Amino acid sequence: MSRTLYDKLVDSHKVQDLPDGEMLLYVDLHVMNEYTSPQAFSGLDEKGLSVWRPEAHLAVVDHVNATRSSVAPDAESKLLIDNLSNNCKRHQIALYGLGDPRQGIEHVVVPEQGLVAPGMVIACGDSHTTTYGAFGALGFGIGTSEVEHVLATQTIRYRRMKNMRVNINGALAPGVGAKDIIMKVVQLVGAGGANGYAVEFAGDTIRAQSITGRMTICNMAVELGARAALIASDEVSKAAVKGDIANTVAVWESDSDAQFDREVDLAAGDIAPLVSWGTSPDQSVAVNECVPEIDTPTPKAQESHARALQYMGLSVGTQLTEIAIDRAFIGSCTNSRIEDLRAAAKVLKGRKVAEGITAIVVPGSNLTRMIAESEGLDKVFREAGFDWREQSGCSMCLAMNDDIAMDGERVASSTNRNFEGRQGRGARTHLMSPAMVAAAAIKGRIADVREYLNEEGS
Amino acid sequence: MPSMVKGLAAPFPLSNVDTDVIMPKRFLRTITREGLADGVMADLRFNAEGEVRPEFFLNRIEYANPSILVVGDNFGCGSSREHAVWGLKQLGIQAIVGTSFAGIFYDNARKNVLALAGIEPELRDALLKHLEQGAQTVTVDLEAKTVVWGEQAAPIAMDAATQQSLISERDDVSDTLRFSEQIKTFEQKQPAALRVKVPT
Ligand code: SF4
Repeated sequence: MSRTLYDKLVDSHKVQDLPDGEMLLYVDLHVMNEYTSPQAFSGLDEKGLSVWRPEAHLAVVDHVNATRSSVAPDAESKLLIDNLSNNCKRHQIALYGLGDPRQGIEHVVVPEQGLVAPGMVIACGDSHTTTYGAFGALGFGIGTSEVEHVLATQTIRYRRMKNMRVNINGALAPGVGAKDIIMKVVQLVGAGGANGYAVEFAGDTIRAQSITGRMTICNMAVELGARAALIASDEVSKAAVKGDIANTVAVWESDSDAQFDREVDLAAGDIAPLVSWGTSPDQSVAVNECVPEIDTPTPKAQESHARALQYMGLSVGTQLTEIAIDRAFIGSCTNSRIEDLRAAAKVLKGRKVAEGITAIVVPGSNLTRMIAESEGLDKVFREAGFDWREQSGCSMCLAMNDDIAMDGERVASSTNRNFEGRQGRGARTHLMSPAMVAAAAIKGRIADVREYLNEEGS
Repeated sequence: MPSMVKGLAAPFPLSNVDTDVIMPKRFLRTITREGLADGVMADLRFNAEGEVRPEFFLNRIEYANPSILVVGDNFGCGSSREHAVWGLKQLGIQAIVGTSFAGIFYDNARKNVLALAGIEPELRDALLKHLEQGAQTVTVDLEAKTVVWGEQAAPIAMDAATQQSLISERDDVSDTLRFSEQIKTFEQKQPAALRVKVPT
């Protein structure tokens, strides 16, 4: 029987069938952060259980910490950070905490530290764990109760998802990249359009993406509801595997005649640089377009559309490039890797952030920051007027630290979610690629990055 | 959980309600599961000064203290934070009727014995209409897999494992540990390359 990549990954990690169509699925690597793990450890303690295989877990501090320095900004964050540190110590689990050069956003750290390879199953108490699909590994987010389950048993109780394939073929236009690809897919399939599915991305456009681009695409697949995102392994993903596991990576791909429950086709040439205008990641348009009318005018859809417009302070027909911004943010597990920083720096070089704009850049990990600094990127950002942060973390992606946008402020953001209140109560988020954030910072309003491209069109 | 939840239902028909909205981040700065009822939809229930927003459905007298919510499509999307489910339970919500739920939220709800009942969009809309005059008694019957109101009943799409887990309130961790030998056998057969050892 021919099988999809997803089914092969599931089959290869099945420990045991359970009643009612469930199974125990083995987890090769489990990653934790400071805010979704505390209650899992206390659950273990209450039951008097120990951690099944401590060396298969990694804990990272990233969500609540400040990024100006490695000092915890307040008592509550300190409590979360110290709690994680105590739990890791007690259970002999590796912790990359503040001040550790390996620390950073969990989904940036894991590939950087050589902890992912094709064929693995990785779970983490964070929805963007889909990122690891870029390597042909099965990654998925779990809740705190499941974190406890993985700690205690190294498995989770699992239900097989349905298979969806998104085929993208053709050449991308200049100025269009991985962020635009995935935002286009989210726009097409819808915010819940892939609920219950594992989504494989295929086609020559995907093949042509670097490992960084592939991570951006798989990362944001959760925004369409996908429980897993996958890209077949190839030379690109093989070359990106670091450390000991690099020697033994096999090819992981769907059989050529594998059947998918749903297929979606997309021509790369139809993708433009995208910007979100609403409060759900599927509410986006090309940067040279206007805030759109609603396309399916049922009463409920109308209400959601009107509500999004009201929250965002926008009206139908406004040209995107006329929308003034207050802040620019480059960071997050979607777009803060070295390639992202280079793309933004290229736009910023020799230019200045518009007056009155607060612009910050938070590298995805401390290691990424050091590489960027060795390339002089920090200088490019600083000279342009960006605040270059010394300490990595999620920062204004979810604004759990002191980087918060104020009520009514508009943010050009390289992140993944434009939900109400995500970057601060009343804050208005416009999602876009890091190069587009750089362009918006220069113009002081949403801008088309293609205006800043040089003749090579790169 | 008893296999039947019968109680007052309140409507919240917005689509794509995410877990940032259900449980804003300032309530996540905690190491316990307790004290989260106040956090539920706090930015919608209260204004920036902490005053009650009378127009929000949970603050309206006709929908006060529901045990069932009837919601819009793709409820619970976004962040994996289980705090959203803990808070809803602590607020007294025992079942949520909708059309589709985000995957992680669905599994989190199951682990905490919060029943998520997915029904056909037309029936959900009919139920929302039924609630326009104020909260009504609705029954979510897990055994029969139906939502019942007035003269109407809607079949619930729910996999058998979730159904059983909700009814039995099984402790998954101890149940899984019965398979310890099988887990060990699996580990011995796993390719050595996949046995990651995270450097400390
Ligand atoms: S960067 Fe944002 S999306 Fe990514 S893990 Fe952190 S908070 Fe979540």
